[in-house]
Amino acid sequence: MLSLWRKIRRTGRVAEPAPPRPAAPPADRMPVELAGSVQIRHVDAGSCNGCEVEIGSAFGPVYDAERYGARLVASPRHADALLVTGPVTRNMAEPLRRTYDAVPRPKLVVAVGDCARNCGVFAGAYGVAGAVRDVVPVDLEIAGCPPRPEAIVEGLRKLTGR
Amino acid sequence: MNLAAVGLGVAVAVGVLTALAAVVVPAPMRSTVTGAGTALTGAAGVVAGIAAMTGESFTVALPALLPLSGVSMTLDALGGLFVAVTGGVAVAAGIYGISYTRSHGLDARLVQAVFPLFVVAMLLVPAAASVGTFLVCWELMALTSLLLVVAEHRRRPEVASAGRWYAVMTHLGFVTVLVGLLVFVAHAADDSFPALREAGRQLSPGVAGLVFVVTLAGFSSKAGILPLHAWLPRAHPEAPSHVSALMSAAMVNLGVYGMVRVGFDLLGGGARWWWLLVLALGALSAVYGILQAAMSTDLKRLLGQSTTENMGLVLVGVGAAGLFATSGDRVLAGLALAAALLHVIVHAAFKTLLFLAAGSVLHATGTRDLDALGGLRPRMPVTTAAFGLGALAASALPPGTAFVSEWLLLQALIHGLPASGTTGGTAAAIAMPVAVAAVALTAGLAVATFVKAFGVGFLAKPRTAAAENAYESPPSMLAGMGLAGLACVVLAVLPTIVLPGVATAGSVALGAGESAVTGAVTLRLVGVVGSLSPLVLTLALVAALVVAAGAVRVVATRRARRVARRVVRLWDCGAGPLSARMEYTATSFAEPLQRVFDNVVQPETDVDVSHHEESRYLVQAVEYRRRVPDRIERRLYQPVLAAVAAWGRAGRRLATGSVHRYLGYGFYTVCGLLILLAVTR
Amino acid sequence: MTALGIVGGVVQPVLIVAGSPVLVGVMRQVRARLEGRAGAGIGQPWRDLRKLFRKERVAPRGTSEVFRAAPLVLMATTTVVAVVAPFVTTDPAIGPVADLFAVVALLALGAVALALAGLDTGTAFGGMGASREMTILALVEPTLLVAIFALSVRVGSTNLGAIVSSTLHDPARVISPASLLAAVALIVVIVAETGRLPVDNPSTHLELTMVHEAMVLEYAGPDLAVIEWASAMRLFVLLGLLGSLFAPWGIATAAAPIALLVGVVALMVKVGLLGVALAAGEVFLAKLRLFRVPELLAGSFLLALLAVAASFFLA
Repeated sequence: MLSLWRKIRRTGRVAEPAPPRPAAPPADRMPVELAGSVQIRHVDAGSCNGCEVEIGSAFGPVYDAERYGARLVASPRHADALLVTGPVTRNMAEPLRRTYDAVPRPKLVVAVGDCARNCGVFAGAYGVAGAVRDVVPVDLEIAGCPPRPEAIVEGLRKLTGR
Repeated sequence: MNLAAVGLGVAVAVGVLTALAAVVVPAPMRSTVTGAGTALTGAAGVVAGIAAMTGESFTVALPALLPLSGVSMTLDALGGLFVAVTGGVAVAAGIYGISYTRSHGLDARLVQAVFPLFVVAMLLVPAAASVGTFLVCWELMALTSLLLVVAEHRRRPEVASAGRWYAVMTHLGFVTVLVGLLVFVAHAADDSFPALREAGRQLSPGVAGLVFVVTLAGFSSKAGILPLHAWLPRAHPEAPSHVSALMSAAMVNLGVYGMVRVGFDLLGGGARWWWLLVLALGALSAVYGILQAAMSTDLKRLLGQSTTENMGLVLVGVGAAGLFATSGDRVLAGLALAAALLHVIVHAAFKTLLFLAAGSVLHATGTRDLDALGGLRPRMPVTTAAFGLGALAASALPPGTAFVSEWLLLQALIHGLPASGTTGGTAAAIAMPVAVAAVALTAGLAVATFVKAFGVGFLAKPRTAAAENAYESPPSMLAGMGLAGLACVVLAVLPTIVLPGVATAGSVALGAGESAVTGAVTLRLVGVVGSLSPLVLTLALVAALVVAAGAVRVVATRRARRVARRVVRLWDCGAGPLSARMEYTATSFAEPLQRVFDNVVQPETDVDVSHHEESRYLVQAVEYRRRVPDRIERRLYQPVLAAVAAWGRAGRRLATGSVHRYLGYGFYTVCGLLILLAVTR
Repeated sequence: MTALGIVGGVVQPVLIVAGSPVLVGVMRQVRARLEGRAGAGIGQPWRDLRKLFRKERVAPRGTSEVFRAAPLVLMATTTVVAVVAPFVTTDPAIGPVADLFAVVALLALGAVALALAGLDTGTAFGGMGASREMTILALVEPTLLVAIFALSVRVGSTNLGAIVSSTLHDPARVISPASLLAAVALIVVIVAETGRLPVDNPSTHLELTMVHEAMVLEYAGPDLAVIEWASAMRLFVLLGLLGSLFAPWGIATAAAPIALLVGVVALMVKVGLLGVALAAGEVFLAKLRLFRVPELLAGSFLLALLAVAASFFLA
């Protein structure tokens, strides 16, 4: 335990300073009720896990997306936004729809990565049902294959407004 | 004229008349007549009991009624408490039985006639004032209850086995009580209770101890206390539900009555080790009983084992009272005994409610298995509410009914520790913390058990077609449950109504003294510091609920307020539909507890794997069976039964079939007796 | 019901209702800083609650009033304890309810309501959470009641106000072996009852490791807000009880404004320090496997029994 305490003292703060706030999206696109607190439920609709690694990094100590009011939760009922990665495979189309249904209003969907936006490298594959916007309405897209953690954090800041 | 005498007389008369009427009246009216008659008997009993508890007592002697000993009755406050409890339960059970027996095919003449006689026998036992009367009424109670337990033996074979267990154990109990009381009578002038009281003061400690232990065995068996409890989880589920209610809520109390009467009143208090033994038995029964109930998946068996637990708690109170009485602390003894007697009353109320609700479920679904029930709330709303109220009461949480009696018991135990200024010695110093720990463990396990019973049995979705096709019970069954529920609610918020009567009953056992608990709205302990107001607590909770609900309405914004709740699909991770098979069952709910108490419970599992005929590597079906046996039965009863069977087989060698040999046995025995008499005279 | 009691009965619930999200925020911030992160700020739980009250209400198909009423019952029981227990003033607002057994039983009632709601959903997660919560509750009860026994032996009563007053009059009692043992036992109990590490991880996403979270997976919007608020209040109340029973200095004994202000500040400081200590401790601990938790609780039970023995033999 003592070694852990020494490590904490030595490491200190790891989180990088916050970059300037991104431009707020138009008011009719983002619900004002959220006001600095967005709970997020991540759904892997068929991704290669590259985006998941970057999301994990975004919520890690270095980029610390939590400081802007975003938090990952386990149940879509607790969530305000869905973070969807990967092209929507055929098996995941209905579960994604049901997850979207389970989120109480006002709700948002963020498509993370090129696969979520337009199937990326998997476009036209036999197991893919479509991009995320073909299954559920998308409110925000974050480009990249995989998107850098800074891009993901910037996208989340547009949601929370912090 | 004496209200207690009138009440008891009316009760006996109405009961006997109802029994006769049940034999004579044609079948369609039989249930109604029996039910109404029993309810009237019960009501008269309640009046008699309450009158006795307020101080009126009466004595009647009828020497001609029974040969050799005559009938002698005295109803004092202690007996009056038990008469009132029995009467109250009989009212609810009688009204309930009107519809229940009609639809379960239980309206045969014998079964209907015996029911009011059972109630009458239970009302007479606490009023008996001589050993002969006591034993006759006790045996009458046992016989009538036996007939009622086996009422459905043609429809289910398990009933016969349960009846056998019950018959043997209740009669073994009767024999031990008989032997104990006879040893006592041998030292007294005659067999009336006043004479026994006189003799009790002069008995040697050895004889007194022997009498106490022998009668304790019999009375504790009747109360369902370890280790002679095995009949209770067998007989109570198999009996018809209103009979189960009477047995669990009224009959087992008479075991406690016997202990208090013989131990405190007739033997005059006795030695400390008696009451330590009672305390230990009570604590063990409480923990073991609720542990078995926590593992049980049969609804009525669970309730029966909960009766063992509650009687264990009562015995903890009685044992603590005896301990304090022998140490000379009258105040604490009165408090402990008041807690025990209040728990008797409270337990009767909620156990009746629970058994009647369970009977309602059995009536509607045909099954007692919790793993097959569920989803009863939309189909049987009143029964669900009744069981919920009973479950809250049984888990000893405020504002439930048993919270006050458990609080009193804990206060008595806590103030009994010597450091807080009272006497008792090292025995009390060790016993009190252990007793508190046992009561606390029991309370925690009871909460888990009743959350399981209520949550798995009544909430969520139905697990089988039987539960899906459930329907609400007919009005008389609802009325019976409603009466029991009303009693539960009144006792929960205003237990101070019965406390003066409980104190008077306690003073019969412990000797005159002031009441240990006073107050109208708030219970205030006398002699020690402590106060609690269940009414104020309940009102505070209700007020907080209303405020919370109002505040949420105000704070939730217009979107949440205006639009009604959106009906949504249950969150199942987006995959296939949730079937009833995916719900938690009672077995799975209790599994963590079973793992924790693995050493005590020792479940037996059977796994049967059947392979595919084509290949040994492909599994066709796996059957998994898990049983939680009663360890005490395994370790204690089976060796005893095996020894008795071996002895019987050995004795068979004497019965060869030759008449000459049998005549020879008789002749030699008579000769031996004559020689013995000649030598000893 | 004295003037002091009435004032306390008004100040305490307001303070606890307002302060418990801040307590949760402080604890999360401490954890974040120790983990090298920046953290969301101590006001984040308030923002979360505000947002949750603006979301829509849902009724999952197949649930009954038990599901809808459970958050309110949890909130109601915790509020009654907040009003009654001596946090800011020694005199209780509602005297006949301020008994330690009654307070413990009320907190258990809140947990039971949530467990029944979990079972009412009919999902495997709800049942699992309810089953685990009830097991832990059953095993925590003996420790809790025996620890109360140890505390009340010297005082001769289980009345909360009496215990606090007697400790105020005799400060040396706090460092007696009985008191220390009871304190350690109660700390383990509080960790178990509030669902913190090492018994339960409040921020886990893995359903199979959940105890408290599993019961509330189905709740959304204002219902979820009430549950989260009530859980925060439970944490505040339990830490406050620990502080009042073992370090009652600062609690107001007279109805003077200065005394009340001191009482409020003392409560905030005590609960704040205990919360920071708990959060810091959580950074160093991993969650215990579920079937190791009974061993931990059995150890705390043994400590409570030793506390009782110490209070008798070292009387």
